[in-house]
Amino acid sequence: MTIPVTKSRVEDKLYQNRYLVDPGRPHIKVRPHERPSANLLALTRVCPAKCYELNDKGQVEITPDGCMECGTCRILCETAGEIEWNYPRGGFGVLFKFG
Amino acid sequence: MIEDEFDAIVIGAGMSGNAAAYTMASRGLKVLQLERGEYPGSKNVQGAIMYANMLEEIIPDFRDDAPLERHLVEQRLWVMDDSSHTGIHYRSDDFNEAKPNRYTIIRAQFDKWFSRKVREAGATVLCETTVTELVHDAKGKVIGVRTDRAGGAIYADVIVLAEGVCGLLGTRGGLRKMLKPEAVALAVKEMHFLPEEVIEQRFGLKGDEGCVIEAVGTTSRGMAGLGFLYTNKESISLGIGCLVSDFAATMESPYVLLDALKSHPSIRPLIAGSEVKEYAAHLIPEGGYKAIPQLFGDGWVVVGDAAQLNNAVHREGSNLAMTSGRIAAEAIVKVKSRNGPMTKRNLALYKQMLDRSFVLKDLRKYKDMPALLHTNSSNFFTTYPRLMSQAAQNFMRVDGTPKIEKEKATTAAFIKARSRWGLVSDAVRLAFAWR
Ligand SMILES: Cc1cc2nc3c(=O)[nH]c(=O)nc-3n(C[C@H](O)[C@H](O)[C@H](O)COP(=O)(O)OP(=O)(O)OC[C@H]3O[C@@H](n4cnc5c(N)ncnc54)[C@H](O)[C@@H]3O)c2cc1C
Ligand code: SF4
Repeated sequence: MTIPVTKSRVEDKLYQNRYLVDPGRPHIKVRPHERPSANLLALTRVCPAKCYELNDKGQVEITPDGCMECGTCRILCETAGEIEWNYPRGGFGVLFKFG
Repeated sequence: MIEDEFDAIVIGAGMSGNAAAYTMASRGLKVLQLERGEYPGSKNVQGAIMYANMLEEIIPDFRDDAPLERHLVEQRLWVMDDSSHTGIHYRSDDFNEAKPNRYTIIRAQFDKWFSRKVREAGATVLCETTVTELVHDAKGKVIGVRTDRAGGAIYADVIVLAEGVCGLLGTRGGLRKMLKPEAVALAVKEMHFLPEEVIEQRFGLKGDEGCVIEAVGTTSRGMAGLGFLYTNKESISLGIGCLVSDFAATMESPYVLLDALKSHPSIRPLIAGSEVKEYAAHLIPEGGYKAIPQLFGDGWVVVGDAAQLNNAVHREGSNLAMTSGRIAAEAIVKVKSRNGPMTKRNLALYKQMLDRSFVLKDLRKYKDMPALLHTNSSNFFTTYPRLMSQAAQNFMRVDGTPKIEKEKATTAAFIKARSRWGLVSDAVRLAFAWR
C-alpha cells in the first residue's frame, strides 16, 4: 500500500499562525544573482514557510512575511553570502501561541 | 533606556536563560534578562517532553503552579514503513507516582510561567528587545551588549549567552563557528486540538496520564529523521524533523513530510477530527559532543542549544538547557562570592562543573552517533524499517508456508538488502556508537 498523496498547502498552515509584520523592513534579503546555487535553489522546497520562490528569470526571491525564523536558510546560504539574515526587530515576526 | 550596570546580563528567556537568570537572581545577583519575543516563549518550539528532575533542582515546588499538560505513563518507539509500524511500547503504573518524572508541556505557556518566577526572584526582564551586538573592551573582554532599542550599550560583569540554536551573537561575534547543515535538524510541528475525553479514549489514558510516540522509518524518506506524537491535555503535538543537510540534498519539503505522516494509516486515526491551531518550525542541534564549541571566555559563557547541548539519541534538550543554565549561574555566583573577576580563567569553573554533570557525560557517550546516522541514513531510516516490517509480517501471517521456509526468506531478505558484510558492519558500528 502506498500513502495517499495529499497536496500540501503551506499557506493554509501559516494562516493559523500569529505574526506581527514590520512593514518595509524585511529581515531576510537575497543577494541579486544570475543563477541560484544548489542550496539557494533548494530553499524553494526546503523552507518550511515556502518564503523562497523562483521567478520567471530563474532567480530566487524571498517574501519573508510567513517566516517562522527557524534559521534553516541561514545555515544553508549565509556563509556563501547568498542571503542576509537578521532577526526581526524586538517584538515583531512570528508569535507562537503554543510553540 | 537602562543606564544601570548589572552583575550579569542573560540573553534569551528560553529554558537555559530562565534557569540561569533564576539561579543568579535568587542568589542575590543583579540580573538583566533580554528577550526578543513579545513575551517569553513566543519564539520557542518544543515537542515537548519536560524532565522533572532538572527543573526540580531549580524550582523544587514547580508542580504547585507550573502549566503541565500530562505526566507520561507510556512511551511508544515505532519503526514505520509506508503501511505499518513495528514497535516497543512501555507503559507502567509506576509512572503514576506522587512526583512524576516526565511531563508534556506547551512552551509558550511554560516559558511565561518560568519567566514570572525569574521576575519574582528579583531579575529585570525586558521583552521585545533584540540584542544586536556584544560590546568588548580594548583587550577583547565582553563587557556588555547593544540592543535594537534606543539608548546606548548596557554593561555587566558577565554575559550569559542563552540565545538558542541559531546563536547569531556568538557566531557573528567570533565566539563559535556557524552550524554545519549536517549538525542540525529542521523540525516542523502542528498542534491538533481534540476534546480531553477523546484523547484519553484513543490512548487509553485516565486523568492527567499521557502517552508519547516517537517513530523512525520511511516517513523521513531516507533522510536521518524522527517523527513524534505527544499527548497534551486537550491537544496533540505532531511533528517530524530531519537533518538540514539531508533536506538540502533531497529537496524534500518539510510540510509534505508532515502531511504524509498525518495520513499514515497508523497515525491518521489518532488525530482524526482534530482542529489544527498552529504550524511551527524550529531547528534542533544534532551534532552531539564533537560539535560543542568553546563554552566560556573573558566575560561570557554560553548555555543550552546555543552551546549544542542536545542529546539527539534520547530526544533530550530542554533538560540539558536548564542544567547548563543552572550550572553556569552557580559557577558565576561562586566566582563572584570570592570577589573574582569574570575572566576566562575563572569562568572555566563552569566547564569543570558541567564535565561532572550528566550533560557532558551523556553527550560523550554518544559522540560517534551523529556521524553514523548521517553517513548511513538511508540504511537506518529506509532499508531496515522496510525489512523489519516484512519480517514481522512474515512471522505473523499464517498462510501455510512452512515456518522454516519463512525464516529462511526473512534472512535472505536481510542479506539481499545489505549483504552479510553490510549487516555485520552496521551492527558493529551501531554497537560502538552506543557503547
Ligand atoms: C520540534 C522540537 C521538539 C523538541 N522536543 C523536545 C523534547 O521533547 N524534550 C526536550 O527536552 N527537548 C526538546 N527539544 C529541544 C528543546 O526545545 C531545546 O533544547 C531547548 O528549548 C533549548 O533551550 P534554550 O534556552 O537553549 O533555547 P531556546 O528555548 O530556543 O531559547 C532561546 C531564547 O533566546 C531568545 N533570543 C535569541 N537570540 C536573541 C537575541 N539576539 N536577543 C534577544 N533574545 C534572543 C529567543 O527568542 C529564545 O527565547 C525539541 C526541540 C524542537 C525544535
Ligand atoms: S528562517 Fe526558516 S522559515 Fe524563515 S525564510 Fe528561512 S527557512 Fe524559511
